[in-house]
Amino acid sequence: MAKYLLSVWGPDSDYEKENYGYASEEEMLKSFEATGKFNDKLQEEGYFVFADGLDAAKTATVVDGQGEKPVITDGPYAEAKEYMAGFWIIDVPDLDVALKLATEASAACLGKVEVRPMQTGPEA
Amino acid sequence: MIEVDEAITRAHQGEWARVVASLAKRFGDLDIAEEAAAEAFTVAVERWPLDGVPPNPGAWLTTTANRRAIDRIRRESKRDDKQKEAVAMHDDTPHEPLGAIEDDRLRLLFTCCHPALAPEARIALTLRMVAGLTVPEIAKAFLVQETTMGQRITRAKTKIKAAHIPYRVPETADLPERVSGVLAVLFLVFNEGYLSSGDHENSVRGDLTREAIRLTRLVRALLPDDGEVAGLLALMLLIEARRAARISATGELVRLDEQDRGSWDLALIAEGHALVRERLSVVANGGPRPGRYQILAAINAVHTSVRDARDTDWSQIVALYDQMIRVDGSPIVRLNRAIAVAELDGPEVALAEIDRHLGPSLDDYHAFHATRADLLRRLGRSGESRAAYDKAIELAENAAEVALLTRRRDQLGRS
Repeated sequence: MAKYLLSVWGPDSDYEKENYGYASEEEMLKSFEATGKFNDKLQEEGYFVFADGLDAAKTATVVDGQGEKPVITDGPYAEAKEYMAGFWIIDVPDLDVALKLATEASAACLGKVEVRPMQTGPEA
Repeated sequence: MIEVDEAITRAHQGEWARVVASLAKRFGDLDIAEEAAAEAFTVAVERWPLDGVPPNPGAWLTTTANRRAIDRIRRESKRDDKQKEAVAMHDDTPHEPLGAIEDDRLRLLFTCCHPALAPEARIALTLRMVAGLTVPEIAKAFLVQETTMGQRITRAKTKIKAAHIPYRVPETADLPERVSGVLAVLFLVFNEGYLSSGDHENSVRGDLTREAIRLTRLVRALLPDDGEVAGLLALMLLIEARRAARISATGELVRLDEQDRGSWDLALIAEGHALVRERLSVVANGGPRPGRYQILAAINAVHTSVRDARDTDWSQIVALYDQMIRVDGSPIVRLNRAIAVAELDGPEVALAEIDRHLGPSLDDYHAFHATRADLLRRLGRSGESRAAYDKAIELAENAAEVALLTRRRDQLGRS
């Protein structure tokens, strides 16, 4: 088995918009429902490790603890047009399974999904 | 010695992918598999002339490569314990039964053509891992620097490993989509062999076209009922059949209507025609509509079914291009249709069609200017024809094609 991070990205301004950037309230609720169902399916199939949505990037804090005193900075690690808005961690047999699940995840949450392998190797 | 050389060449063609595939499966690492396979062939080159060719070269190569791979893993203490365990566990795995050869090659082919890899990496990886071409050979075929090609292949191998791209033929449900990706890579390999962008002596690379055909046959063995697989195989066979006639003694491209049809390979043509007939009967009996490869194969079947170019059934070819446009309405397909229209309705009609519809979109494509040059020449508009030849020559990459275009242009001057 191999673990992957599936992440969804979007502009920070979506957090301030009505319906968080979805076209309508109806579309937003439909997407929430589809995503909930997808999570249930991941659980049933034993692939689910963790999933959550993230709050706006402007609520993030960066800490540098490499020096004598920690340096604490308000804001995300790097300024970008789009930030990670939510993610899943899944544990699946291989990339083919991960890509298939990512396809479903993308259709449910109405966004592109990045599939990135974790460095921990497959379990023997 | 010649016999040993031939045995090594044969083993390389027949066994390279199998050795790489079986090692990749066993050690889960394409890099180790590739290096160990290359070392095994180096050992063969050293030992076989002295010891004789082993009775089962494939088994010998796999065993030798396996030992090399195990040595390397043991040498590298940084390898994680799991991989060491795998070595210990599998140290005496027997050689796989011969029936598994094709499965191994197919598995490797699907891995190399995985959609998660960049398209240019898929081709490079397929040529290295499945066809066994060296990195310098691949770099030369695609006119990129060796280091660039080496990096491209290394990057792809790293991704396969890190992202856990599986070594297997996809599940039945996923096959149609994955196969179309594999066919696209095989067709590109074939085309690179057929109209390579390399230097003069390599205007046609027989090794690439042959390898593409060999791999397409393998895919067909896996999916005998897939129309597009059959279509691509037929298309390749019907083009390959004309290879000898395609380049003149002086290294110039010979166009279809001027080829010595007596030097066409009749066996390949017969096989290609049989495949096309098979697909026509499936379609006639209510089977799925033909895709691009089947239509292109049918067009080539029409071309190769007459002994004299003047007997070509151009109305059927135009009709097939009309069908092709419904599958793929790209400007290049429309250009090819216009070339057929020139034969059916005359160059003036074809030129009007090209100039009306295709101008801006194909301005960077050498064949667009070459076609215009030819039509203008036939219409006696020499000045415009010359300008179009100049543009075509400037854009063409294949040496044999440049030679043909240059001669045609220079003949304009004398007339």
